[in-house]
Amino acid sequence: MNRLAVELPGLSLKNPIMPASGCFGFGREYAAYYDLSVLGAIMIKATTLEARFGNPTPRVAETPSGMLNAIGLQNPGVDRVIAEELPWLAQYDVPIIANVAGSTMEEYVEVAKRISKAPNVHALELNISCPNVKKGGIAFGTVPEVAAELTRAVKEVSDVPVYVKLSPNVTNIVHMAKAIEQAGADGLTMINTLLGMRIDVKTTKPILANRTGGLSGPAIKPIAIRMIYEVSQAVSIPIIGMGGIETAEDVIEFFYAGARAVAIGTANFIDPYVCPNIIRDLPALLDELGVDHISECTGRSWNNGSTVHCGA
Amino acid sequence: MKDMMTVVSNRPIAHRIYELVLSGSLVQHMHIPGQFVHVKVGATPLLRRPLSLCDINQKANECTIIYRVEGAGTTLLSQKARGETVDVLGPLGNGFSVTAAKRGERALLVGGGIGVPPLFELAKQLSQNGVFVTTVLGFQTKHVAFYDEKFASFGEMYVATVDGSYGMKGFVTDVIRANDLSFDVLYACGPKPMLRALANDFPHQQVYLSLEERMGCGIGACFACVCRVPHSETAYKKVCSDGPVFRAGEVLL
Repeated sequence: MNRLAVELPGLSLKNPIMPASGCFGFGREYAAYYDLSVLGAIMIKATTLEARFGNPTPRVAETPSGMLNAIGLQNPGVDRVIAEELPWLAQYDVPIIANVAGSTMEEYVEVAKRISKAPNVHALELNISCPNVKKGGIAFGTVPEVAAELTRAVKEVSDVPVYVKLSPNVTNIVHMAKAIEQAGADGLTMINTLLGMRIDVKTTKPILANRTGGLSGPAIKPIAIRMIYEVSQAVSIPIIGMGGIETAEDVIEFFYAGARAVAIGTANFIDPYVCPNIIRDLPALLDELGVDHISECTGRSWNNGSTVHCGA
Repeated sequence: MKDMMTVVSNRPIAHRIYELVLSGSLVQHMHIPGQFVHVKVGATPLLRRPLSLCDINQKANECTIIYRVEGAGTTLLSQKARGETVDVLGPLGNGFSVTAAKRGERALLVGGGIGVPPLFELAKQLSQNGVFVTTVLGFQTKHVAFYDEKFASFGEMYVATVDGSYGMKGFVTDVIRANDLSFDVLYACGPKPMLRALANDFPHQQVYLSLEERMGCGIGACFACVCRVPHSETAYKKVCSDGPVFRAGEVLL
């Protein structure tokens, strides 16, 4: 028995560990460090219809236990991702989750339509929560009706299951999650970064050229845990959890909160080997916890130990 | 590659400037001047610090890094004592083209402030190849100057300070003009205005520039350190993995 294997809509994962979108490019850089086939899946960098350069630099600033970024969805555009990046990734035995971004409903729909036809794309992740683009993005992630409408439109054209990435920059994340579930989403990924800012003490000006950026890293882990804990009890579609994971213990904490798989983001920047190391460490941790299969951990913090089976 | 390296020595050599000697098997992978290592100092701060290689000593299995104490990370690094370890990722990036300057040719090395260190290994390798090395070092003021004597051992060495407290008062470009320094290949590392001035002054010559930028991952994945290239709205180069050394004109400064 593979104690780490997880079944989710569109995704048969050999383990529930995947690099998070925006923290792994299209995999090329990390392929120099290890065989990408060891990963459960890869969430590739957000793709828009046209190529985008993104924001001016500085684009990152460090914070206590975290970092702010304002990259601005830099990417080569959907056609080049399909022509160059996805075929390159196809050499690895790993399902791809394509992160889809846009400034208008039409752009999201067009990108989703095209990229969902690529053979190694097994699911989409709708990026309705990027805080770093001037137009769109975050608006789709903060108004439940708008998010639902976008979800329905993308579901209609996508050849693969659609996961929606939730923004933590909302008053009530459960409302948002329910609206998206009712609109037909196959799953949720959460959380994206929290909107933040740093100011240079010497210059009196914001450090990031974009002024504000998205906070990630261990600093946001408790917020992610709390939100997954709330949302997983309110919806029945699966959640892929993310936000500050660094270790196998962190992974289990996300499962206990209600996640069925997890993504690793900022930690990849600090240790390129973090994903394979976590995958290596998990079986021994399951032994220590007296758990046969990692899926048994999902929702343990609120469901009193009974195994949850879900849609897939 | 990533490994724990051991501190051999770590001492101040000028105001807030430290020279750190590390020992470890990673040194056997270090060959190219201008490459850098990405150093994790401790549990905090979270991110690594990109620091360029100053001296590579394969025989002793040691490398030297020079850094300026700026914030929390470099302050902690300055407190590391002999025998302690630091987590090092690298060597990373594309360094200086040592072979661009041929035996008997003249190389002009221009360093500004904390941009001076990577030029030392470069000077060493160029000298070994029979290239004539002239160095121009620019500093804010006398008490932050370092390695001037070391560079003097390779050939002519000039210093400029902004306040005139050491060497010529002014900038490195003033020194080059005043002494009418000529060269076959120019190599430079320092603040962007200095690099821009050099690129403008010598548009028709071989000029290699090493850039500095805030980095995240250091391996090209996070897109924090991109710069624009001429004549394109969307094309880019990453300082960490395409650079940090570029030909003048290759990227917009």
